[in-house]
Amino acid sequence: MSTKSAAELAVPASYREPVRTIYEKSVPGRRAFVAPALDVEPARDLLPANLRRAQPPRLPEVSEPELVRHYVRLSKRNFDLDSGFYPLGSCTMKHNPRIGERAAALPGHAHLHPLQDPRRAQGALELMWNLQQALAELSGLPHVSLQPAAGSHGELSGLLLTRAYHESRGEREQRTRVLTPDSAHGTNPASVAMSGMEVVKVATGPGGGIDLDDLRAKCDEHVACLMLTNPNTIGIFDPQITKITEIVRSVGATLYYDGANLNAIMGVCRPGDMGFDIVHFNLHKSFATPHGGGGPGSGPIAVGDRIAPFLMRPRVVKRDDGSFDLDDAEDSPSIGRMRGFYGNYGTFVRAYTYIRSLGAAGLRDASVTAVLNANYLLAKLGDLAEYLPLAYGKLCMHEFVLSGAPMKQKLGIRTLDLAKRLLDYGVHPPTVYFPLLVDEALLVEPTETETRETLDEFAAAVHAIIAEAIEDPEIAHGAPYSTPVRRLDEAAAAKHPVIRQPIE
Amino acid sequence: MSTYTAVTDADRTAMLETIGVATTDELFANIPAEIRRTEPLDLPDAMTEQEVYAHLRELAARNVSTDDELSFLGGGMYDHYVPAVVEMLIERSEFLTPYTPYQPEVSQGGLQVMFEFQTAISELTGLPVANASVYDGPSAVASAAYMAKLTNKKTRFVVSAGLNPQARETLATYLRGFGGELVEVPLKDGVTDLGAWRAAIDSETSAVIFQNPNFYGAVEDAAALAEAAHSAGSTAAGAPVSAKDAAAGAGQRAGATGGPLVIGSYDPIVLGILAAPGECGVDVCVGEGQALGNTLSFGGPSFGFFAAAQQYLRRMPGRIAGETVDVDGRRGFVLTLQTREQHIRREKATSNICTAQALNALAGVAYLAWLGRKGLVELDELLLQRTHYAREQLCRIDGISAWHRQPVIREFALTLDPALDLHAVIDRCAAQGVNPGLALEREHGLLVAITEQRSRADIDRLASVLRAAIAEEAGR
Repeated sequence: MSTKSAAELAVPASYREPVRTIYEKSVPGRRAFVAPALDVEPARDLLPANLRRAQPPRLPEVSEPELVRHYVRLSKRNFDLDSGFYPLGSCTMKHNPRIGERAAALPGHAHLHPLQDPRRAQGALELMWNLQQALAELSGLPHVSLQPAAGSHGELSGLLLTRAYHESRGEREQRTRVLTPDSAHGTNPASVAMSGMEVVKVATGPGGGIDLDDLRAKCDEHVACLMLTNPNTIGIFDPQITKITEIVRSVGATLYYDGANLNAIMGVCRPGDMGFDIVHFNLHKSFATPHGGGGPGSGPIAVGDRIAPFLMRPRVVKRDDGSFDLDDAEDSPSIGRMRGFYGNYGTFVRAYTYIRSLGAAGLRDASVTAVLNANYLLAKLGDLAEYLPLAYGKLCMHEFVLSGAPMKQKLGIRTLDLAKRLLDYGVHPPTVYFPLLVDEALLVEPTETETRETLDEFAAAVHAIIAEAIEDPEIAHGAPYSTPVRRLDEAAAAKHPVIRQPIE
Repeated sequence: MSTYTAVTDADRTAMLETIGVATTDELFANIPAEIRRTEPLDLPDAMTEQEVYAHLRELAARNVSTDDELSFLGGGMYDHYVPAVVEMLIERSEFLTPYTPYQPEVSQGGLQVMFEFQTAISELTGLPVANASVYDGPSAVASAAYMAKLTNKKTRFVVSAGLNPQARETLATYLRGFGGELVEVPLKDGVTDLGAWRAAIDSETSAVIFQNPNFYGAVEDAAALAEAAHSAGSTAAGAPVSAKDAAAGAGQRAGATGGPLVIGSYDPIVLGILAAPGECGVDVCVGEGQALGNTLSFGGPSFGFFAAAQQYLRRMPGRIAGETVDVDGRRGFVLTLQTREQHIRREKATSNICTAQALNALAGVAYLAWLGRKGLVELDELLLQRTHYAREQLCRIDGISAWHRQPVIREFALTLDPALDLHAVIDRCAAQGVNPGLALEREHGLLVAITEQRSRADIDRLASVLRAAIAEEAGR
């Protein structure tokens, strides 16, 4: 059997049309927008010639129907969560409830100016206060800032808080090392670099958790912080967690919890109770807000008492009379602000809607079901261990890592090939080649909102691809076949970057 | 109670059997007993969809939005009109619900949108390279400063007092981490004091940062500010740049001279008529994109943009979409130059940014396409005229004078007679359903923003309400 050619597969005709950008569809004279009429007596020379632009930006000229058609057709060249299974590990692609969109679009939320007098923004401030209370309860850490725009922004905030805390104790210069496990998200070390500190890697033990001996060896008075996600990116909850936090605390360092994997433990256990000082949440993961193809996200942080004085400002406060206000006192030891205004409020509305919809029991049930779904899918793939073994342990939390190394060796197809072939089965592939410490890694996170049937179908697709590869690995090598484009030349894109449309 | 799960009791039984455990509790066996919760979370009970919607409506009703009053608030975010087509596009599942495009074969829509967005930002700024978005305007300024430090290893940042205070504060916070000194240059007659600006730039200066139009609405002479920095750089004994940088930046001004980078924070919506930053010698142009097709939403989400001269391409933060071909030779798009990024380079990455503001950037590029080449200019000319008219009208009121007389396009600053209670005046206006603008505490004045949604009649109403409020307050 030879590689399937593109022509053999039925794909929508639009996939075969030449790709043109909106700029290439532009025709002088076409327009969608009509400006309101000038209703004041025109004044001359309001903007001196030397401050004026000679040539306007070459924006496209299209009619509204063309504009709509262009972007709607583009949308159909995207795979999305509303259309299919999206088990992208560490990204928690759970269903995005539509009520969140409706709530955020209410004019009282969507058309509220951030500099409105707090007395006339009481609903927004109460919402933020309530969301903070909920995140504090979920994390076991009582003080919350909603400001960070995304998880990595929360990480940087947490590291700057750590520096402020050590500075307050006269130890800023001494404590410059941040410990992270070698399985950490790439944002962790990058955030450490931006915070002006250095990364020291801690090894992973045979069980998939932190190697305690290595941790002890690296813990000293130069350590500022340990950054950890638990369950970690291998999908394992580290059973030694309280020992880990005790070791780190004993040398005077802070503990940072990367909340990317919080979806495994909501209502089951709390980072604060494990001994962490700082945690960030990904509202676009655990709290079901849509990811928008690369944002907006939202990365609030919660901290314990010893970090609280340094928390970002302004802060939402509740006055004795029950009203809400913004406290932006410049004389506080706060690190200041991390961005404009108060954070991604529209995302807060959605996350708050989600939290209130599910309630205490529903949030716990979401985590338990996420773990159940992940273990079920893992079990359904168990008979493929010869090709795709589980990297560590026997069970998992909300996600699991398979290694495609045996598959590569025995069948000659790589994890990348498996992922690309999955596209032909109408599912989004899991995360691939992460975590880095697993060879040919495949990180699978099904989430709690998928049905058992969907998990069965995914398992069947993986089985079919393996069976197919035993017969003919070339099929997977050539995949995908049914997508708007096939494998793209990423090396050429990086070597000769074309990152904007040339315009005549 | 709302639930988004589908596991029935029968499903659970069958699934546990497949897994080979008796209860879901066994799946959590790794969690030590001493930290496992036995108590339920102290959170409110679940609500049905209609209950939660009623609650969110009740909260919304206690906010006074720009639909509820005649608002002239600006100061970083603006009540521009968001067209229906933009709203429709960002609600589409295909744009709303995917993750970052890690599988380009099934993400061509989002990737092409990024490519088109980068093109639009490049056009607006007159700079050749732009990324696919950063968080917002203030953090974009801090990110640009970080890039400057990575580029020339210097840590002194000269900042105009016309920079939005929130951007300055964000930069100061970031500097607590990567280290650096922030030197502020005052304004003179509403714009950056060019003499003080020149004097502040030395050989240790990593970057100079100004905003245009500045926080007080005044149009800055960007070319003069940039020229001052570049000429200082050519005479100062700056650190030599690496051969690689010099090669990458052949023909470019900054960097190659060892001088400071010129960072401009721009309001993108006025770039239809305002001199292009790239043509003024700005090396890095960043800014807040909310005005382009994004709702106010109490300050976010919106998007920040980041454009630069060619030589900074491989040092830029954030996602960048690039054009390529597939195995059949068909045109396609991918995330490119990923060796800059955290998931590849980890601590050596040029930034920690991962999730940015893709959906808001889509709103931005769709909005710009809706405005079109001529529409943006027409919009800007309208803003220019109405803003001028508004300043003239308001300055005729006894007790009000212009804080500066510089050219303005969409916003301007006023001062009130020192005898007047600023907040009392604002409250009197608010009681009449008019929000006259942002209180400027230090200047004892108002920052007034005019968008295309504020007509001459609206401006006249503002003038009459403000006049009455001042008269009442003065006569008290």
